[in-house]
Amino acid sequence: MKTARRGATGSARRAPAAKARGGIGHNAAALSDADRLGLFKSMARIREFEDQVHRSYLEGLVHGTTHLCQGQEAVSVGAAKPLREDDFVSYTYRGHGHCLARGMEMENAFAELFGRSTGVCQGLGGSMHLQDIERGLIGSFGIVGAGMPVAVGAGLTAQLNGRGQVSMSFFGDGACNIGAFHESLNIAQVWKLPVLFVCENNLYGEFTRINHTTPFEDLVQRAAGYAMNAVAVDGNDVEAVYAAVEPAVARAREGGGPTFIECKTYRHRGHSRTDPAKYRPQEELDAWLKRDPLILYRARLKELKLLTDREADQISADARAAAQAAAQRAAAAPWPDKDQDFMAKVYV
Amino acid sequence: MAVQEITYREAIVAALTEEMRRDPKTLIMGEDIGPSGGPFKTCQGLYEEFGAARVRDTPIAETGFVGAALGLALTGYRPIAEIMFSDFLGVCFDQIVNGIAKHRFMSGAQSTVPLVIRAIGGGGLRFGAQHSQTGESWVLSVPGLKIVCPSSPAEAYGMLKSAIRDDNPVLIFEHKGLLSSKGEVETGAERLLPLTGSRVLRPGTDATIVASLAMVPRALGAADLLQADGIAAEVIDIRALRPMDTSAIAESVRKTSILVTVEEQTQVGGWGAEVVAQVTQQAFDYLDAPPARVTLPEYPLPFSPPLEDAALPTPESIAAAVKALV
Repeated sequence: MKTARRGATGSARRAPAAKARGGIGHNAAALSDADRLGLFKSMARIREFEDQVHRSYLEGLVHGTTHLCQGQEAVSVGAAKPLREDDFVSYTYRGHGHCLARGMEMENAFAELFGRSTGVCQGLGGSMHLQDIERGLIGSFGIVGAGMPVAVGAGLTAQLNGRGQVSMSFFGDGACNIGAFHESLNIAQVWKLPVLFVCENNLYGEFTRINHTTPFEDLVQRAAGYAMNAVAVDGNDVEAVYAAVEPAVARAREGGGPTFIECKTYRHRGHSRTDPAKYRPQEELDAWLKRDPLILYRARLKELKLLTDREADQISADARAAAQAAAQRAAAAPWPDKDQDFMAKVYV
Repeated sequence: MAVQEITYREAIVAALTEEMRRDPKTLIMGEDIGPSGGPFKTCQGLYEEFGAARVRDTPIAETGFVGAALGLALTGYRPIAEIMFSDFLGVCFDQIVNGIAKHRFMSGAQSTVPLVIRAIGGGGLRFGAQHSQTGESWVLSVPGLKIVCPSSPAEAYGMLKSAIRDDNPVLIFEHKGLLSSKGEVETGAERLLPLTGSRVLRPGTDATIVASLAMVPRALGAADLLQADGIAAEVIDIRALRPMDTSAIAESVRKTSILVTVEEQTQVGGWGAEVVAQVTQQAFDYLDAPPARVTLPEYPLPFSPPLEDAALPTPESIAAAVKALV
């Protein structure tokens, strides 16, 4: 296990730029007040879910490992906002947020993490493999980058169906160095597929900082090698994410091809449950904690007079209570049947 | 709807054409399979009939297009991916063994993965060690895949049609040494073949020879040689490796008491080992000798023609293995 503290480069310590750039043709559709409150509630729900996962882990309810996304909620929520029910989403082992943003029930998600029969995958998948085909949540991939070609295939389905569907692929900075990433961007661009490549650049591939693994930190540059439309945004600003993704989704629906969206963000916790993340400079962590997406958006909504501190606290308290109750119900669910017909799960 | 003598390659083309006509949700992807019809002409005429949307030339990127096949299958299509040389399965191994094979199970059976991967492999054509493997051993241990190995035009036709209609991922190992071999096939009919079980090609009472792919004609050649020596060998084409059903092979061994497997792979980890183990469990008391496995040697297939020929099982070497036991 690598525990040595790795120095950050000077440029990496700068606060992330909130500017969008790239060939987005029009401004995002305006958000209503209700939309904005919905974004906040959705982020609060994910935050409280993940915090409850952490507590449940300490209680011994979550087995094996789990990869939490506190700090990255704005990406899941802002990117999912322009999606339709019939769109497709693929994601990673750090995928609880993506599923919840698409409306997965907390209780079934907890039950899956707890290995119970009421889990979304009946306890056969686990934390890294939450799926809900009916919600277009077509796969949570435990292998870095492996979901990207699958998203390309779903994008081909969308193109062939001709109903304006899109396919959204979430992946991290680490995936940008694996072959599947490059093959996927290339195919998607050559075939002009309606695929949104949403890169969550949290600066660390497992325990290793991006500057040790990648020749540059602005991963949006990768897209240029595939002549793909691209944009980089502050991934901790939910409206900035939405503003970048919405026009890209609209363009994809109209046959304008794929877009690469780099969301600059940070995970508050380690890579997985056993990782205390000591390799990160304290000042880097502190700077990002101040830019917590929930804190930022709460301030924004307060400024817009859409939310008072008391109301915001209430939203978080309600989400926490809902998460606790859901976890409690999940923990009371029975274990899966050891004598079930497993082969019926392997083959149709 | 006529029985005609066609080649193994033509049988593949016929099955693809008929199934793509039958189901608009089918499509095929691979390298050079569009206007070129495939390096081995296994997709000849498809592009002209079905067009660029359903007959797709891909970049040389097996991870990309095999992974895309999974995405298509999960979202309502029935993709077929052609792997130009079985050896290239190594390039997309993760997509096959971690993605395609496990997706349904890990989803709690929410998902179905109706896709076909056709991999063209096999030795004897002087292609060297990276373009001559058959490749079944690599994937034999992977639950979630169906694995079939057609050895004749009728099987290439009937098993491919079944594979395309199957709701599970099916990996078909075709053999480029068989592409020009001829046999009778009833095309245009619903002559689907099962994706499990084996087939007795030649009955016999003195020894059971189990072979696959290009080793099947060689096993039949061995049976001819043995016949001349008064040994009646039963030849069985195993043809479906996963799920593996050895009951018919065990039944044969109860009659012959001798078992020899012949495969175009190295011995360690090959399907012959599994057949021997399963048959031994089912028919131990009937065996008159320890079963034998005729395989490739434990080194990569050499390029030089005399060396490659020496490495591949022959009717003579198969017959000799049988005679040593009878």
